[in-house]
Amino acid sequence: MITTAIFWLFALVLVGAAIGVVTSRNPVYSVLYLVLAFFNSAVLWVLLEAEFLGIVLVLVYVGAVMVLFLFVVMMLDVNVEKVKEGFTRYMPIGVFVALTIVGQICYVVWHKKMGFELMVTPAPTPEGYSNTEAIGEVLYTQYVYPFELAAVILLVAIVAAITLTMRKRQGLKVQDIAAQVAVNRNDRVRIVSMDVEREPSTDGESS
Amino acid sequence: MVEFLTGWLPEGLQFTARTLLYIVAILLPLIISVAMLTLAERKVIGAMQARLGPNRVGPFGLLQPFADVIKLLIKEVLLPNSANRFLFLVAPMLTLVPALAVWAVMPFSPTAVLADINAGLLFVLALTSMGVYGVILAGWASNSKYALLGAMRSAAQIVAYEIAMGFALVGVLMASGTLNLGQIVEGQSGNIATWYWLPLFPLFIVYFISGVAETNRAPFDVAEGESEIVAGFHVEYSGAAFAMFFLAEYANMILIAMLTALLFTGGWLSPFQGIPVIGDTFLGASNFIWLALKTGFFLFCFLWFRATFPRYRYDQIMRLGWKVFIPITIIWLFVEGVMVWAKIGPWSA
Amino acid sequence: MSLVKTLLLTELRAGLWVTLKQFFKKPITLRYPMEKTPQSHRFRGLHALRRYSNGEERCIACKLCEAVCPALAITIESDQRDDGTRRTTRYDIDLFKCIYCGFCEEACPVDAIVETRIHEYHMENRGENIMTKDKLLAVGTKYEDMIASDRGADAAYR
Repeated sequence: MITTAIFWLFALVLVGAAIGVVTSRNPVYSVLYLVLAFFNSAVLWVLLEAEFLGIVLVLVYVGAVMVLFLFVVMMLDVNVEKVKEGFTRYMPIGVFVALTIVGQICYVVWHKKMGFELMVTPAPTPEGYSNTEAIGEVLYTQYVYPFELAAVILLVAIVAAITLTMRKRQGLKVQDIAAQVAVNRNDRVRIVSMDVEREPSTDGESS
Repeated sequence: MVEFLTGWLPEGLQFTARTLLYIVAILLPLIISVAMLTLAERKVIGAMQARLGPNRVGPFGLLQPFADVIKLLIKEVLLPNSANRFLFLVAPMLTLVPALAVWAVMPFSPTAVLADINAGLLFVLALTSMGVYGVILAGWASNSKYALLGAMRSAAQIVAYEIAMGFALVGVLMASGTLNLGQIVEGQSGNIATWYWLPLFPLFIVYFISGVAETNRAPFDVAEGESEIVAGFHVEYSGAAFAMFFLAEYANMILIAMLTALLFTGGWLSPFQGIPVIGDTFLGASNFIWLALKTGFFLFCFLWFRATFPRYRYDQIMRLGWKVFIPITIIWLFVEGVMVWAKIGPWSA
Repeated sequence: MSLVKTLLLTELRAGLWVTLKQFFKKPITLRYPMEKTPQSHRFRGLHALRRYSNGEERCIACKLCEAVCPALAITIESDQRDDGTRRTTRYDIDLFKCIYCGFCEEACPVDAIVETRIHEYHMENRGENIMTKDKLLAVGTKYEDMIASDRGADAAYR
């Protein structure tokens, strides 16, 4: 009973937040709605006893990815007028894409006549069952190649992003802080012992 | 005691009432510890600077934190004219709530833990990473450039150090094989040398320093660098709203100190455990007092660092996080992997 | 070599050691109204005009102090007294102007104007900053013991 109530509460907030993401005028609000949506879906996962996934969702998406989103959005000065300009022009395509996605989801859900009535609540896991361990086992045995492949693709993406943004500009006078910090006395000061070249004369001043 | 207090309630409410009582039993000492920590901070830093620290309110200044709290609570909460009202007021709560919610999974002794969940460590990580929203929103909603700059710095810093921190924790997980905090502590039992601080020494150091950086404490406090951006993200806050930021910061400090004690120095395990004669007496018994002592030591380190080190420059912080800590942790994870594979170290059993 | 030093946090540990040593040392702060720093007998505080032991005021209105005062804090007017001696009719020191340099005391040929060790005094109303002759003499009478012992202690060095 309570579980169902919690589910409906968080599910409704999730849907509301998702609508908020696309309808709010302020991009910062959109990002915040997205954070709320992620958080609620994490709660739903925890409700399904997938606490590892739920917490990782919060950790990775809410804790890191969305922070960077917020970071960027706060920096941008988004002109809402301009963004909304071609709304009617692009609407048919938008509706088409949305309908396609809804259709695909429906197809998956009712695939092979598997309706809602057949989706029984999974039995609660036994005491001491750790789905963290279960995920680990599956991930590093059965799906080890896809997993590693995904990791490599991400690595490539990182390297690509870095190479795209890193450029050496010529003639730029920048400080090399590490070199400045690492400098010590012997690099800068040279003590020269030399003979006195000529007796200093006072004639010039007295005349 | 708890049964006695809640026994008169109807069946269904008893569990709720008990949980609420436990929450109060955790949060009340926590808040008092925060108050005492603020006093200890001023006293310790004072002593290190050959000063006395607060000593006017109550004996040895013991009532100073309460005076501060009363002052903050009766002050007016000012709303900047062009601030975003809603977010401005929500931001302190967003910082405080995760800082307090984390304590649900913190074990205080082998039995005393409110929620003994499997993924306790991940829960802690997830919630501490949520605390950054309060900071960012406070900076943005204040509509002030100092606040925004402070929020930007803080966000970049927290994201950067969270990675190093996470990697350091991966080392602990590899050693213990569990995400449950209580089991991690139990996995360290033996003697001082089997606590994880020794086999995971670089990770221990990295974790603690990252923890200092995560809580925006000196020497990593550019987010509120007084000399350049006044007070950073909470520059526009006053009164109770400021008190919430303050409370969250200190609660997080205690959390990091306690986590370090739990994960690397054996939590409630006695340092005399495993020593032939003393270890068999009451000194060798596992006890909350040991955890409190260790936590206290790490808290002292926080204050000690603040009294010792000058503030890092922003680029130095980023360099330390990305170019030093992350490589160190990755290297040590490899070393640890080899050690586990070759069955050397305390986890070989 | 420097890499090893950096990794071992040598410099950081040296810094931490300094603060830790300091932590166990006695603080130098004094809780002021209860504890006070030792005072030299040469301390230059509130001014006073002294009298001879027979009760006669020392000041002979030579105005050397007025002349030497770098802050122009002293105002003196003089007249002949009934017994034919020259005395001040007005001797004002503006404490707001005074810089407590002690030149007046040095200049005085009869040790009349002195600076006492009193440094805890205050004014509550406008005008109280002017130390009139009466007030100065009152201070001198009240603290004569202290003033005399301070001069005595310093006499060997003059």
